[in-house]
Amino acid sequence: MSDPRSHEALIDQLGTELVPVRRLLPPWLRTAGWLLVVAAIAAVLLMHYGLDPMLRRWAGTPDLGWAGMGAVITAITAAWAAFALGVPGRRAAWAWLPLPGALLWVGASGLGCLRVHVRDLIAPGTQLATMHQSADCLVFIISFSVPLSVLLIVLLRRACPLRPVLTAVMVGLASAAASASLLEICHSYDAAATDLLTHALAVAIVVAVNAAMGGRLLSRA
Amino acid sequence: MPQALTASGFMSLDSGLTPWASANQSVPADVAAANDSESPDQRRAAWMAAAQAGDRRAYEKVLADSVALIRAAARRQGVAQDHLDDVVQETLITVHRVRHTYDPTRSYDAWLSAIASRRAIDALRSRGRRDSREVHDDFALDRHPDVDDASAAVESEQRAQRLRAAIAELPPGQREAVEQLGLRERSLGETAELTGRNTGALKVNLHRALKALRERFHGES
Repeated sequence: MSDPRSHEALIDQLGTELVPVRRLLPPWLRTAGWLLVVAAIAAVLLMHYGLDPMLRRWAGTPDLGWAGMGAVITAITAAWAAFALGVPGRRAAWAWLPLPGALLWVGASGLGCLRVHVRDLIAPGTQLATMHQSADCLVFIISFSVPLSVLLIVLLRRACPLRPVLTAVMVGLASAAASASLLEICHSYDAAATDLLTHALAVAIVVAVNAAMGGRLLSRA
Repeated sequence: MPQALTASGFMSLDSGLTPWASANQSVPADVAAANDSESPDQRRAAWMAAAQAGDRRAYEKVLADSVALIRAAARRQGVAQDHLDDVVQETLITVHRVRHTYDPTRSYDAWLSAIASRRAIDALRSRGRRDSREVHDDFALDRHPDVDDASAAVESEQRAQRLRAAIAELPPGQREAVEQLGLRERSLGETAELTGRNTGALKVNLHRALKALRERFHGES
Protein backbone atom coordinates (compact mmCIF):
# COMPACT_ATOMS: atom_id res chain seq x y z
CA MET A 1 0.00 0.00 0.00
CA SER A 2 2.53 2.55 -1.11
CA ASP A 3 1.63 6.18 -1.18
CA PRO A 4 4.07 7.68 -3.68
CA ARG A 5 2.18 10.94 -4.07
CA SER A 6 2.47 11.98 -0.42
CA HIS A 7 6.16 11.01 -0.45
CA GLU A 8 6.67 13.12 -3.55
CA ALA A 9 4.96 16.05 -1.88
CA LEU A 10 7.14 15.69 1.21
CA ILE A 11 10.33 15.35 -0.85
CA ASP A 12 9.34 18.44 -2.80
CA GLN A 13 8.72 20.34 0.41
CA LEU A 14 12.04 19.23 1.92
CA GLY A 15 13.71 20.27 -1.34
CA THR A 16 12.38 23.80 -0.98
CA GLU A 17 13.74 23.93 2.56
CA LEU A 18 17.19 22.76 1.48
CA VAL A 19 20.08 24.97 2.50
CA PRO A 20 23.79 24.10 2.42
CA VAL A 21 24.97 22.51 5.67
CA ARG A 22 28.34 22.35 7.37
CA ARG A 23 29.35 18.72 7.54
CA LEU A 24 29.99 17.20 10.95
CA LEU A 25 33.71 16.78 11.73
CA PRO A 26 34.92 13.17 12.03
CA PRO A 27 34.48 11.63 15.51
CA TRP A 28 38.21 11.55 16.32
CA LEU A 29 38.54 15.27 15.66
CA ARG A 30 35.55 16.08 17.83
CA THR A 31 36.99 13.83 20.55
CA ALA A 32 40.24 15.77 20.32
CA GLY A 33 38.32 19.01 20.78
CA TRP A 34 36.73 17.79 24.00
CA LEU A 35 40.04 16.39 25.26
CA LEU A 36 41.58 19.81 24.67
CA VAL A 37 39.18 21.24 27.26
CA VAL A 38 40.11 18.46 29.70
CA ALA A 39 43.80 19.14 29.02
CA ALA A 40 43.28 22.83 29.71
CA ILE A 41 41.72 22.01 33.10
CA ALA A 42 44.61 19.61 33.79
CA ALA A 43 47.11 22.35 32.93
CA VAL A 44 45.45 24.74 35.39
CA LEU A 45 45.48 22.09 38.13
CA LEU A 46 49.13 21.22 37.39
CA MET A 47 50.09 24.88 37.62
CA HIS A 48 48.44 25.04 41.00
CA TYR A 49 49.61 21.73 42.49
CA GLY A 50 52.76 21.08 40.49
CA LEU A 51 53.78 17.83 38.85
CA ASP A 52 56.03 16.57 41.66
CA PRO A 53 53.50 15.22 44.17
CA MET A 54 51.80 13.13 41.51
CA LEU A 55 55.04 11.73 40.12
CA ARG A 56 56.37 10.99 43.60
CA ARG A 57 53.21 9.16 44.51
CA TRP A 58 53.30 7.17 41.26
CA ALA A 59 56.95 6.28 41.81
CA GLY A 60 56.09 5.04 45.28
CA THR A 61 53.00 3.11 44.21
CA PRO A 62 53.14 2.12 40.54
CA ASP A 63 49.62 0.67 40.73
CA LEU A 64 48.25 4.18 41.11
CA GLY A 65 50.18 5.22 38.02
CA TRP A 66 48.61 2.36 36.08
CA ALA A 67 45.18 3.21 37.45
CA GLY A 68 45.63 6.83 36.40
CA MET A 69 46.75 5.70 32.96
CA GLY A 70 43.68 3.47 32.75
CA ALA A 71 41.43 6.39 33.66
CA VAL A 72 42.99 8.56 30.96
CA ILE A 73 42.61 5.80 28.33
CA THR A 74 39.00 5.26 29.44
CA ALA A 75 38.23 8.97 29.11
CA ILE A 76 39.69 9.13 25.59
CA THR A 77 38.11 5.93 24.29
CA ALA A 78 34.70 6.54 25.89
CA ALA A 79 34.54 10.04 24.42
CA TRP A 80 35.55 8.68 21.03
CA ALA A 81 32.92 5.95 21.28
CA ALA A 82 30.27 8.55 22.21
CA PHE A 83 31.11 10.68 19.17
CA ALA A 84 31.17 7.63 16.90
CA LEU A 85 27.75 6.52 18.21
CA GLY A 86 26.49 10.00 17.38
CA VAL A 87 26.86 9.28 13.68
CA PRO A 88 24.11 7.11 12.10
CA GLY A 89 25.41 3.95 10.51
CA ARG A 90 28.36 3.48 12.87
CA ARG A 91 28.27 0.16 14.65
CA ALA A 92 27.11 -0.20 18.24
CA ALA A 93 30.27 -2.25 18.84
CA TRP A 94 32.01 1.11 19.37
CA ALA A 95 30.63 0.94 22.90
CA TRP A 96 33.20 -1.80 23.68
CA LEU A 97 36.11 0.51 22.91
CA PRO A 98 36.52 1.88 26.47
CA LEU A 99 36.49 -1.62 28.01
CA PRO A 100 40.29 -2.32 28.04
CA GLY A 101 41.04 1.09 29.56
CA ALA A 102 38.29 0.66 32.13
CA LEU A 103 39.62 -2.80 33.06
CA LEU A 104 43.10 -1.37 33.57
CA TRP A 105 41.66 1.49 35.64
CA VAL A 106 39.52 -0.71 37.90
CA GLY A 107 42.05 -3.56 38.03
CA ALA A 108 45.03 -1.38 38.98
CA SER A 109 42.98 0.53 41.57
CA GLY A 110 41.79 -2.74 43.06
CA LEU A 111 45.31 -4.18 43.15
CA GLY A 112 46.63 -1.00 44.76
CA CYS A 113 43.94 -1.22 47.38
CA LEU A 114 44.74 -4.87 48.06
CA ARG A 115 48.46 -4.13 48.31
CA VAL A 116 47.86 -1.33 50.81
CA HIS A 117 45.91 -3.66 53.03
CA VAL A 118 48.60 -6.33 52.86
CA ARG A 119 51.24 -3.72 53.74
CA ASP A 120 49.11 -2.50 56.60
CA LEU A 121 49.29 -5.92 58.15
CA ILE A 122 53.09 -5.81 58.02
CA ALA A 123 53.77 -2.14 58.72
CA PRO A 124 50.75 -0.18 59.89
CA GLY A 125 50.71 3.59 59.94
CA THR A 126 50.85 4.69 56.30
CA GLN A 127 48.60 7.56 55.40
CA LEU A 128 45.20 6.41 54.32
CA ALA A 129 42.17 8.31 53.24
CA THR A 130 39.65 9.00 55.94
CA MET A 131 35.95 9.07 55.29
CA HIS A 132 36.12 12.85 55.13
CA GLN A 133 38.81 12.84 52.47
CA SER A 134 36.87 10.21 50.52
CA ALA A 135 33.84 12.47 50.52
CA ASP A 136 36.07 15.15 49.02
CA CYS A 137 36.97 12.75 46.22
CA LEU A 138 33.27 12.10 45.59
CA VAL A 139 32.53 15.82 45.40
CA PHE A 140 35.57 16.42 43.18
CA ILE A 141 34.68 13.71 40.65
CA ILE A 142 31.01 14.68 40.48
CA SER A 143 31.60 18.42 40.29
CA PHE A 144 34.10 18.05 37.44
CA SER A 145 31.94 15.47 35.68
CA VAL A 146 28.95 17.79 35.43
CA PRO A 147 30.49 20.46 33.15
CA LEU A 148 32.39 17.84 31.14
CA SER A 149 29.18 15.83 30.61
CA VAL A 150 27.26 18.96 29.67
CA LEU A 151 29.91 19.88 27.12
CA LEU A 152 29.82 16.38 25.60
CA ILE A 153 26.02 16.41 25.43
CA VAL A 154 25.99 19.83 23.78
CA LEU A 155 28.52 18.62 21.21
CA LEU A 156 26.58 15.40 20.63
CA ARG A 157 23.26 17.16 20.17
CA ARG A 158 24.61 18.54 16.92
CA ALA A 159 25.09 14.94 15.82
CA CYS A 160 22.35 12.30 15.71
CA PRO A 161 22.80 9.64 18.40
CA LEU A 162 20.38 6.91 17.36
CA ARG A 163 21.16 4.99 20.58
CA PRO A 164 20.72 7.82 23.09
CA VAL A 165 21.03 5.81 26.29
CA LEU A 166 24.13 3.90 25.19
CA THR A 167 25.69 7.16 24.02
CA ALA A 168 24.81 8.80 27.34
CA VAL A 169 26.51 5.94 29.22
CA MET A 170 29.63 6.64 27.15
CA VAL A 171 29.31 10.33 28.01
CA GLY A 172 29.09 9.51 31.71
CA LEU A 173 32.03 7.11 31.55
CA ALA A 174 34.16 9.61 29.63
CA SER A 175 33.49 12.51 31.97
CA ALA A 176 33.83 10.41 35.15
CA ALA A 177 37.11 8.92 33.91
CA ALA A 178 38.39 12.35 32.92
CA SER A 179 37.47 13.71 36.37
CA ALA A 180 39.20 10.78 38.06
CA SER A 181 42.28 11.48 35.92
CA LEU A 182 42.21 15.12 36.98
CA LEU A 183 41.82 14.00 40.58
CA GLU A 184 45.13 12.15 40.25
CA ILE A 185 46.90 15.53 39.99
CA CYS A 186 45.70 16.75 43.36
CA HIS A 187 45.15 13.43 45.14
CA SER A 188 47.28 13.39 48.24
CA TYR A 189 46.83 9.89 49.58
CA ASP A 190 47.15 6.25 48.76
CA ALA A 191 44.47 3.98 47.43
CA ALA A 192 42.35 2.32 50.08
CA ALA A 193 39.09 0.46 50.16
CA THR A 194 37.11 3.53 51.22
CA ASP A 195 38.82 5.64 48.59
CA LEU A 196 38.29 3.12 45.82
CA LEU A 197 34.70 2.69 46.89
CA THR A 198 33.99 6.41 46.72
CA HIS A 199 35.63 6.60 43.29
CA ALA A 200 33.50 3.72 42.10
CA LEU A 201 30.43 5.31 43.66
CA ALA A 202 31.18 8.66 42.01
CA VAL A 203 31.68 7.04 38.61
CA ALA A 204 28.50 4.99 39.03
CA ILE A 205 26.51 8.11 39.98
CA VAL A 206 27.84 10.08 37.01
CA VAL A 207 27.15 7.24 34.56
CA ALA A 208 23.69 6.55 35.98
CA VAL A 209 22.64 10.21 35.98
CA ASN A 210 23.86 10.57 32.42
CA ALA A 211 22.02 7.42 31.32
CA ALA A 212 18.83 8.66 32.95
CA MET A 213 18.95 12.30 31.88
CA GLY A 214 21.41 12.36 29.02
CA GLY A 215 19.44 9.74 27.14
CA ARG A 216 16.43 12.03 27.12
CA LEU A 217 18.50 15.07 26.20
CA LEU A 218 20.16 13.24 23.33
CA SER A 219 17.08 11.50 21.97
CA ARG A 220 15.53 14.86 21.08
CA ALA A 221 18.48 15.53 18.79
CA MET B 1 18.85 -7.29 2.71
CA PRO B 2 17.17 -8.88 -0.27
CA GLN B 3 14.45 -6.24 -0.61
CA ALA B 4 16.90 -3.37 -0.71
CA LEU B 5 18.97 -5.19 -3.31
CA THR B 6 15.92 -5.84 -5.43
CA ALA B 7 14.76 -2.27 -5.15
CA SER B 8 18.09 -0.69 -5.99
CA GLY B 9 18.58 -3.29 -8.71
CA PHE B 10 15.37 -2.13 -10.34
CA MET B 11 16.43 1.45 -9.98
CA SER B 12 19.77 0.96 -11.67
CA LEU B 13 18.01 -0.99 -14.42
CA ASP B 14 15.56 1.85 -14.74
CA SER B 15 18.24 4.49 -15.03
CA GLY B 16 20.13 2.25 -17.43
CA LEU B 17 17.10 2.08 -19.73
CA THR B 18 16.67 5.84 -19.77
CA PRO B 19 20.18 7.23 -19.70
CA TRP B 20 19.37 10.44 -21.56
CA ALA B 21 16.32 11.22 -19.56
CA SER B 22 18.18 11.09 -16.29
CA ALA B 23 21.61 12.28 -17.37
CA ASN B 24 20.80 15.19 -19.64
CA GLN B 25 18.03 16.93 -17.79
CA SER B 26 18.82 16.99 -14.17
CA VAL B 27 21.92 15.23 -12.90
CA PRO B 28 24.97 17.43 -12.31
CA ALA B 29 27.76 16.71 -14.77
CA ASP B 30 30.14 15.00 -12.35
CA VAL B 31 27.43 12.82 -10.88
CA ALA B 32 26.13 11.86 -14.33
CA ALA B 33 29.59 10.93 -15.52
CA ALA B 34 30.04 8.75 -12.48
CA ASN B 35 26.70 7.02 -13.04
CA ASP B 36 28.06 4.29 -15.30
CA SER B 37 30.88 3.03 -13.14
CA GLU B 38 29.42 3.55 -9.68
CA SER B 39 27.20 1.31 -7.60
CA PRO B 40 23.77 2.65 -6.58
CA ASP B 41 25.11 3.26 -3.10
CA GLN B 42 28.02 5.34 -4.41
CA ARG B 43 25.66 7.24 -6.68
CA ARG B 44 23.40 8.08 -3.76
CA ALA B 45 26.46 9.06 -1.71
CA ALA B 46 27.49 11.52 -4.43
CA TRP B 47 23.96 12.93 -4.59
CA MET B 48 23.81 13.38 -0.83
CA ALA B 49 27.21 15.07 -0.84
CA ALA B 50 25.89 17.47 -3.48
CA ALA B 51 22.73 17.98 -1.42
CA GLN B 52 24.83 18.92 1.61
CA ALA B 53 26.27 21.68 -0.53
CA GLY B 54 22.73 22.82 -1.40
CA ASP B 55 22.02 21.02 -4.73
CA ARG B 56 18.25 20.66 -4.67
CA ARG B 57 17.94 18.34 -7.67
CA ALA B 58 20.49 15.90 -6.30
CA TYR B 59 18.69 16.07 -2.96
CA GLU B 60 15.30 15.21 -4.43
CA LYS B 61 16.85 12.36 -6.38
CA VAL B 62 18.55 10.85 -3.37
CA LEU B 63 15.37 11.17 -1.27
CA ALA B 64 13.24 9.57 -3.98
CA ASP B 65 15.83 6.81 -4.25
CA SER B 66 15.74 6.39 -0.47
CA VAL B 67 12.02 5.52 -0.20
CA ALA B 68 12.51 1.90 -1.28
CA LEU B 69 15.49 1.48 1.05
CA ILE B 70 13.55 2.91 3.99
CA ARG B 71 10.63 0.58 3.30
CA ALA B 72 13.01 -2.37 3.20
CA ALA B 73 14.66 -1.34 6.48
CA ALA B 74 11.26 -0.83 8.16
CA ARG B 75 10.03 -4.21 6.90
CA ARG B 76 13.14 -5.87 8.32
CA GLN B 77 12.26 -4.38 11.73
CA GLY B 78 8.81 -5.93 11.47
CA VAL B 79 6.70 -2.89 10.60
CA ALA B 80 3.34 -3.89 9.12
CA GLN B 81 2.63 -3.08 5.47
CA ASP B 82 -0.01 -0.48 6.44
CA HIS B 83 2.44 1.55 8.49
CA LEU B 84 5.45 1.52 6.16
CA ASP B 85 4.50 4.89 4.69
CA ASP B 86 4.45 6.52 8.12
CA VAL B 87 7.99 5.28 8.73
CA VAL B 88 9.05 6.54 5.28
CA GLN B 89 7.75 10.02 6.08
CA GLU B 90 9.29 10.11 9.56
CA THR B 91 12.61 8.92 8.18
CA LEU B 92 12.65 11.46 5.35
CA ILE B 93 12.04 14.24 7.86
CA THR B 94 14.83 12.93 10.11
CA VAL B 95 17.18 12.63 7.13
CA HIS B 96 16.46 16.27 6.32
CA ARG B 97 17.18 17.33 9.89
CA VAL B 98 20.45 15.39 10.30
CA ARG B 99 21.78 15.49 6.74
CA HIS B 100 24.93 17.22 8.02
CA THR B 101 25.90 14.01 9.87
CA TYR B 102 26.40 12.08 6.65
CA ASP B 103 30.06 11.51 5.77
CA PRO B 104 30.38 11.11 1.96
CA THR B 105 33.40 8.82 2.36
CA ARG B 106 31.13 6.23 3.97
CA SER B 107 28.13 4.23 2.76
CA TYR B 108 24.95 6.25 2.25
CA ASP B 109 22.81 3.12 2.45
CA ALA B 110 24.22 2.18 5.86
CA TRP B 111 23.63 5.71 7.14
CA LEU B 112 20.07 5.79 5.83
CA SER B 113 19.23 2.27 7.00
CA ALA B 114 20.38 3.09 10.53
CA ILE B 115 18.03 6.09 10.67
CA ALA B 116 15.17 4.15 9.06
CA SER B 117 15.58 1.24 11.49
CA ARG B 118 15.46 3.61 14.44
CA ARG B 119 12.34 5.33 13.15
CA ALA B 120 10.78 1.90 12.50
CA ILE B 121 11.49 0.85 16.10
CA ASP B 122 10.02 4.16 17.34
CA ALA B 123 6.89 3.51 15.28
CA LEU B 124 6.57 -0.04 16.64
CA ARG B 125 7.02 1.20 20.20
CA SER B 126 4.47 3.98 19.97
CA ARG B 127 2.04 1.59 18.30
CA GLY B 128 2.66 -0.92 21.09
CA ARG B 129 1.99 1.74 23.70
CA ARG B 130 -1.18 2.82 21.95
CA ASP B 131 -2.41 -0.76 21.61
CA SER B 132 -1.84 -1.47 25.28
CA ARG B 133 -3.95 1.55 26.20
CA GLU B 134 -6.78 0.74 23.83
CA VAL B 135 -9.45 -1.87 24.60
CA HIS B 136 -10.19 -4.39 21.92
CA ASP B 137 -13.90 -5.06 22.43
CA ASP B 138 -16.14 -4.40 19.48
CA PHE B 139 -19.28 -4.32 21.61
CA ALA B 140 -17.88 -2.23 24.43
CA LEU B 141 -18.87 1.01 22.79
CA ASP B 142 -22.46 -0.12 22.29
CA ARG B 143 -22.81 -1.35 25.82
CA HIS B 144 -21.08 1.58 27.37
CA PRO B 145 -23.71 3.98 28.72
CA ASP B 146 -22.42 7.49 28.63
CA VAL B 147 -23.60 10.45 30.63
CA ASP B 148 -25.81 11.93 27.95
CA ASP B 149 -27.60 8.65 27.41
CA ALA B 150 -28.31 8.28 31.11
CA SER B 151 -29.94 11.68 31.52
CA ALA B 152 -31.84 11.23 28.25
CA ALA B 153 -33.16 7.89 29.49
CA VAL B 154 -34.36 9.41 32.74
CA GLU B 155 -36.01 12.24 30.88
CA SER B 156 -37.89 9.99 28.48
CA GLU B 157 -38.97 7.80 31.38
CA GLN B 158 -40.41 10.85 33.13
CA ARG B 159 -42.19 11.90 29.97
CA ALA B 160 -43.74 8.44 29.60
CA GLN B 161 -44.96 8.58 33.19
CA ARG B 162 -46.61 11.92 32.62
CA LEU B 163 -48.25 10.58 29.46
CA ARG B 164 -49.58 7.53 31.30
CA ALA B 165 -50.97 9.79 34.03
CA ALA B 166 -52.61 12.03 31.44
CA ILE B 167 -54.18 9.04 29.71
CA ALA B 168 -55.51 7.77 33.03
CA GLU B 169 -57.26 11.09 33.58
CA LEU B 170 -59.10 10.94 30.22
CA PRO B 171 -62.87 10.09 30.16
CA PRO B 172 -63.35 6.28 30.03
CA GLY B 173 -64.37 6.14 26.35
CA GLN B 174 -61.38 8.13 25.19
CA ARG B 175 -59.02 6.26 27.50
CA GLU B 176 -60.11 2.91 26.14
CA ALA B 177 -59.68 4.12 22.57
CA VAL B 178 -56.11 5.33 23.23
CA GLU B 179 -55.12 2.22 25.18
CA GLN B 180 -56.44 -0.27 22.69
CA LEU B 181 -55.79 1.49 19.39
CA GLY B 182 -52.72 3.54 20.27
CA LEU B 183 -50.75 1.63 22.89
CA ARG B 184 -51.69 -2.00 22.18
CA GLU B 185 -51.91 -1.35 18.45
CA ARG B 186 -55.17 -3.24 18.01
CA SER B 187 -57.22 -2.77 14.88
CA LEU B 188 -60.52 -0.90 14.89
CA GLY B 189 -62.44 -4.17 14.41
CA GLU B 190 -60.73 -5.93 17.32
CA THR B 191 -61.26 -2.96 19.61
CA ALA B 192 -64.91 -2.66 18.62
CA GLU B 193 -65.42 -6.33 19.48
CA LEU B 194 -63.53 -6.01 22.77
CA THR B 195 -65.24 -2.85 24.03
CA GLY B 196 -68.66 -3.30 22.45
CA ARG B 197 -68.50 0.17 20.84
CA ASN B 198 -68.86 0.79 17.13
CA THR B 199 -65.87 1.77 15.10
CA GLY B 200 -67.16 5.27 14.37
CA ALA B 201 -67.42 6.06 18.07
CA LEU B 202 -63.94 4.67 18.63
CA LYS B 203 -62.52 6.90 15.94
CA VAL B 204 -64.17 9.95 17.43
CA ASN B 205 -62.98 9.02 20.91
CA LEU B 206 -59.41 8.48 19.74
CA HIS B 207 -59.47 11.76 17.89
CA ARG B 208 -60.73 13.64 20.94
CA ALA B 209 -58.28 11.87 23.26
CA LEU B 210 -55.31 12.74 21.07
CA LYS B 211 -56.51 16.32 20.80
CA ALA B 212 -56.82 16.58 24.59
CA LEU B 213 -53.39 15.06 25.17
CA ARG B 214 -51.80 17.25 22.49
CA GLU B 215 -53.27 20.35 24.07
CA ARG B 216 -52.12 19.29 27.48
CA PHE B 217 -48.49 18.55 26.54
CA HIS B 218 -48.08 21.39 24.10
CA GLY B 219 -49.42 23.78 26.69
CA GLU B 220 -46.77 22.47 29.09
CA SER B 221 -43.70 22.70 27.00
